[in-house]
Amino acid sequence: MATIDPETIHDVEGIGVHNIHRHDVVIVGAGLAGLRAAVEASEEYDVAVISKVFPTRSHSGGAQGGIAASLSNEEEDHLEWHMFDTVKGSDYLGDQDAIEILVKEAPVVVREFEHFGAPFSRTPEGRIAQRKFGGHTKDFGRGGPVLRACYAADRTGHVLLHTLYEVCIRNGVRFYPEFYALSLIIRDNICRGIVGWDVINGGIHVFHAKAVMFGTGGYGRVYKITSNALSGTGDGLSLVLRAGLPLEDMEFVQFHPTGLYQQGILVSEAARGEGGYIINDTGERFMERYAPEKMELAPRDLVSRSEQTEINEGRGIGGKDYVHLDLRHLGSEKIMKQLPQIHELAWKFLHVDCIKEPIPIQPTAHYSMGGIPVDKDCQVFADGKKEMVQGFYAAGECACVSVHGANRLGTNSLLEASLFGRRAGKAIRRFLGVQREFPDLPPDAASSAIEEVERLLSSSGTERVSSIRETLQEKMSLECGIFREADQLQRLKKELRTLEERFRNIKIDDRSKRFNVDLLEALELGHMLDFTEIIVEGALNRKESRGAHYRTDFPKRNDGDWLKHTLAWKKDGEIIFDYKPVVITRFQPKERTY
Amino acid sequence: MATHAFKINRYNPDDERRGHYMQEYPLDVQKGWTILDCLNEIKWKQDGSLTFRRSCRSGICGSCAMTVNGVNMLACETQALTLKSSTIVVEPLRGYPVIKDLVVDLEPLVESLYAVKPYLITKTPLPTDQERFQSPEERAKIDGLYECILCGACTSSCPSFWADKKYIGPHGFLKAYRFVADSRDEGTREHLEALDDKHGLWRCHTIFNCVEACPKDLNPTKAISELKKELVREKIG
Repeated sequence: MATIDPETIHDVEGIGVHNIHRHDVVIVGAGLAGLRAAVEASEEYDVAVISKVFPTRSHSGGAQGGIAASLSNEEEDHLEWHMFDTVKGSDYLGDQDAIEILVKEAPVVVREFEHFGAPFSRTPEGRIAQRKFGGHTKDFGRGGPVLRACYAADRTGHVLLHTLYEVCIRNGVRFYPEFYALSLIIRDNICRGIVGWDVINGGIHVFHAKAVMFGTGGYGRVYKITSNALSGTGDGLSLVLRAGLPLEDMEFVQFHPTGLYQQGILVSEAARGEGGYIINDTGERFMERYAPEKMELAPRDLVSRSEQTEINEGRGIGGKDYVHLDLRHLGSEKIMKQLPQIHELAWKFLHVDCIKEPIPIQPTAHYSMGGIPVDKDCQVFADGKKEMVQGFYAAGECACVSVHGANRLGTNSLLEASLFGRRAGKAIRRFLGVQREFPDLPPDAASSAIEEVERLLSSSGTERVSSIRETLQEKMSLECGIFREADQLQRLKKELRTLEERFRNIKIDDRSKRFNVDLLEALELGHMLDFTEIIVEGALNRKESRGAHYRTDFPKRNDGDWLKHTLAWKKDGEIIFDYKPVVITRFQPKERTY
Repeated sequence: MATHAFKINRYNPDDERRGHYMQEYPLDVQKGWTILDCLNEIKWKQDGSLTFRRSCRSGICGSCAMTVNGVNMLACETQALTLKSSTIVVEPLRGYPVIKDLVVDLEPLVESLYAVKPYLITKTPLPTDQERFQSPEERAKIDGLYECILCGACTSSCPSFWADKKYIGPHGFLKAYRFVADSRDEGTREHLEALDDKHGLWRCHTIFNCVEACPKDLNPTKAISELKKELVREKIG
């Protein structure tokens, strides 16, 4: 899979790297956002996708429940209802102009997936089937849950990812699987390409491009219990930080209410969409005390907080740190038809047969609402709000448009990744219509990447990467999780400094160049330490509770001071904050109850 | 003494002289640990140079297919204690060139995937502003086909592939049939083109190894027999 076509290799004078590839467009990340952009841009241009895993291993494939679109295939639904739900779900931090695009283009994007060949489940009439999901309601929240999540059993992410990969094959997209992005080449606010590491053979490669797009995904792996893949280490975010650009709203981390106990593996919200209950030690459906109307189908921030409260107050099962997801009343036929993967996961990982027994679950770090600030066409802001970086785009979980604000609704992530990936692809096509030439490559394009790899490969300290990472994950879960408060966050801030010290004293066992996962894990830890500071300091800085960010010392939302987006930079080791206003068009902030 | 001995294939491409060898790692296996958890534990606590692929750790990405005690499986969804053996032998998937330790070169898998034109081929103009209709019954015909995660376990278990590295392999056939069986697809001939060949369908000798090897309980052999029928129909019809 590491075949390199010599046709793409060029020598550029003055750069000490032999492998310089030229493509009109270079996309980093082969999940839904990256591949959807690749499909779009490859209609007209030469597109390369580099990814640290083989494309279909991307974690978009882990998504289960559905992709939102108000198709009205099963019952009445409207764009405006979807828009209202997303705005309210975001705790009014989502930018409403971007959300309007999201809900308007959703039906187009979902139908296109069908046209590409995605095997959606079907209604009796043969239309794309839809199910209920948390926070998606009828009539501006006044009615009950609405059938809006378009699905393929409980393998929706898997089918969409594979479908896009297939269309990329059809379109002749060039893949560089198992290449790891090391740095961005940005000079004078013009993006000129990226530097990557060939994982299979070892070696630095420069990818020279007219346009670069990031679809590098999230960072659940900075937490101990997470639904994310081991590859979910947020590399793209620190590449952006290291290029001197800001990140937006990083303090907002979503915890999914139903992770398999101790594993964190995702059990789709579709389980509740299909009618599953969450119960505590006394057998009570406790959500009736927290969200009397929407119950288990309240948004994720609320359900996770309620669960954690039950656990903290001793009503976890047997007093332990988990509760039960009960599907038994759905019956085996419905479970095997609509939720086959959940049945398989519960059995394989916990030896629980969910037809006969409830599934032990706990909240699990799931999704990053914040990320790289981009405009509505996914172009990256140089200053977070006004000035743009030429030729640099981002979409999907790594980006912040912001449609999710302080809390994302289930099924809006597959939608956002593919819809904004598509928009990025279209924007890149428009840009390349004007930008015919490759920007110059600076002579030191690869120097920081070479330095980093050489430094790590020769590191001969005493600390194990895994031990530092484990401490990071434990502390983040304990002190920057569902509930946060100033003292804890201050402690954590100091702890992060210690971890950075320890990171400077690592040793790695594998010093070879070929398929060196030891090296990759060190690179990833370096990234995690870089952007985690932004999460923690952002959480400390935001003195209110909104969506997924809950401060026990500031338990109320404070629109007067905090109805604004956080922008954060790293300069000389210090975090610098700035803010930008939330775009409010149709729905004024109101109290948020479910 | 540790509860388990892991005997793991080691191979460092920079040390051709040493070639492949088995290295033993003692490990105290805890209840609930998967083979992947065990490998991570060894890599993270004992020997950072031990190399294997992994990503989702929930059986959906297909990275960690390997041979454990002689059987192809996903390391991430197999609990070590269910193997009921205190010695656990871990080897790379058979039939593929080994890159390092447990990592194989899946280029043959990708090449044969491309050969079957693994995408929906349509000729009828698409409806505007709506999806194509497909009845639940038509849709059900691709159940057991669309779930493939491209892990490579099936083709690695196939003697025809061991003998011929250009053999399309069960994963390629399964993918081809996923489209041929899809009521929306109009490219049966295009998908079949590469299959009527000396590296194609007729090299399958129906020994069902692929069925046993598939961690997702799919049935490539059934897909192969359906494709053979299609080919015959194409030829006669």
